[in-house]
Amino acid sequence: MRTRTQENIIETLLKFATSITILTTIGIIGVLLYETISFFKEVSIIDFITDKEWTPLFAQKHFGILPLVSGTILTTLIAIAVALPIGLTIAIYLNMYAPKGFRKSFKPMLEVLAAVPTVVYGFFALTVVTPFLQTIYPELSGFNSLSAGIVMGIMIIPFVSSLSEDALYAVPKTLKEASFGMGATRFQTSFKVMVPAASSGIIVSIILAISRAIGETMIVAIAVGQQPRLTFDPTVPIETITAYIVQVSMGDVPHGSLEYRTIFAAGITLFIFTFLLNTVSFWIKKKFHEKYD
Amino acid sequence: MTGSEELIKEKKTIIEARNVNVFYGHFQALKDINIIMKENTVTAFIGPSGCGKSTFLRCFNRMNDYIEQFHIKGEILIDQKKIYWKSVAVEELRKEVGMVFQKPNPFPKSIFENVAYGLKIHGVKDKNFIEERVVKSLKDVALWDEVKDDLKKSALALSGGQQQRLCIARTLAVEPKIILMDEPTSALDPISTAKIEELLFDLKQKYTIVIVTHNMQQAARISDKTAFFYMGDLVEYDDTKTIFTNPKQEKTQNYITGRFG
Repeated sequence: MRTRTQENIIETLLKFATSITILTTIGIIGVLLYETISFFKEVSIIDFITDKEWTPLFAQKHFGILPLVSGTILTTLIAIAVALPIGLTIAIYLNMYAPKGFRKSFKPMLEVLAAVPTVVYGFFALTVVTPFLQTIYPELSGFNSLSAGIVMGIMIIPFVSSLSEDALYAVPKTLKEASFGMGATRFQTSFKVMVPAASSGIIVSIILAISRAIGETMIVAIAVGQQPRLTFDPTVPIETITAYIVQVSMGDVPHGSLEYRTIFAAGITLFIFTFLLNTVSFWIKKKFHEKYD
Repeated sequence: MTGSEELIKEKKTIIEARNVNVFYGHFQALKDINIIMKENTVTAFIGPSGCGKSTFLRCFNRMNDYIEQFHIKGEILIDQKKIYWKSVAVEELRKEVGMVFQKPNPFPKSIFENVAYGLKIHGVKDKNFIEERVVKSLKDVALWDEVKDDLKKSALALSGGQQQRLCIARTLAVEPKIILMDEPTSALDPISTAKIEELLFDLKQKYTIVIVTHNMQQAARISDKTAFFYMGDLVEYDDTKTIFTNPKQEKTQNYITGRFG
């Protein structure tokens, strides 16, 4: 028999465990904000968002975040261009064409892709994909956003395929039957009924994948070079927000200096991006979720 | 509905099953079924749950193809054509043999798009033609007056009875010869049910209807012919009047009087 006191102790412990996660989040945002505010006391926020160069570690300092943002967007776009068509094709194949047993065994195998350590992917991009792409396009620089983006795309395929397949699976079987009953082919049923009916879930899966790509660090730190550059040319070295944060955190920049604070400003930029994406996906989930029954 | 036995005999055969046996793995769901159905008639399939009537219904448009371990022996002919031949395109077959399901299942699209769906997937491009056909189909199911002002509204906003009539309109739009109905009113209230039954009388003029129902009165009210299934056997198949007033088999008698089932 449990006494009232025991119940109370357990409840308090559970509350404490829950509050740790909330407090950690608040703490992180607090530190980010504090350091970012002191950064903007020395650097104008206008320069930060309009200057086209990012050279805080050089003698001639520029604090324009745009080159890092463009680098992040570029690698993310390449990754999505790879992951979206492949991921969605896999999802539709698994849901509409593959035998039931295949779906059951293939999905966990696919999810292993997301479990490969990202440092392995980074190395793979640098030592396998880039040399391979150079045989097709010799001018490709040794560090470039193309191979990093492609490899990142492969990494996030399971995000798109698995969540999209869940969304397709959640579409009532009766809709599939209705479409087949009208004489539609599997292909027509997939694209005219299933994908539209699952669209909110599919969009959310894409946003989560984008979120993951934006925040991805190791692959880009290894394979894109460390050259902030405002460009959308995928063949030259660039730098992303995350890669810059790694570069500075691991380097010999003294704590408390202006150079050091740049990583918090970069960090909060990243945070704003992912926060917006999460909000959008949450909103889509709520707003567009079709109610059946 | 009644007094037409002689007329029915003269009508053209549209569905014919010859020695049909259906298996799910080792389980035999239908045993040696033979049946003939005539054009422009309503045939009701009755029998207790699990007797095979829905399985049989779904053989006519090959909806069972998606069930793993399903296999069929024997022949089913629709319009004299064997539909289980390898060369048969199920998409074409289902254009001829439409289906209305137990629960209304409109697509999460507009009312208009729901009815236009069949025409579009079968390659109709002519917008005027599609529009005319949509209007006509909605009129045929007596839904036009209720929805004519909001054809762009989502079909999911309609009531259950309206949704089911929309699903019937969707089936009519491609002008099939046969309409299969798998307990089309079991999820509906009595008023919606009455509306759909009324609709069946009109549809019979143009279409052949096969309907699975658990509702004995419904079978008696709407059908010309009734087939009673029990444990995979077709126990008795006759004019509806005969089945309900003077059945030849004891099992049929027991079932329709509510002694089991």
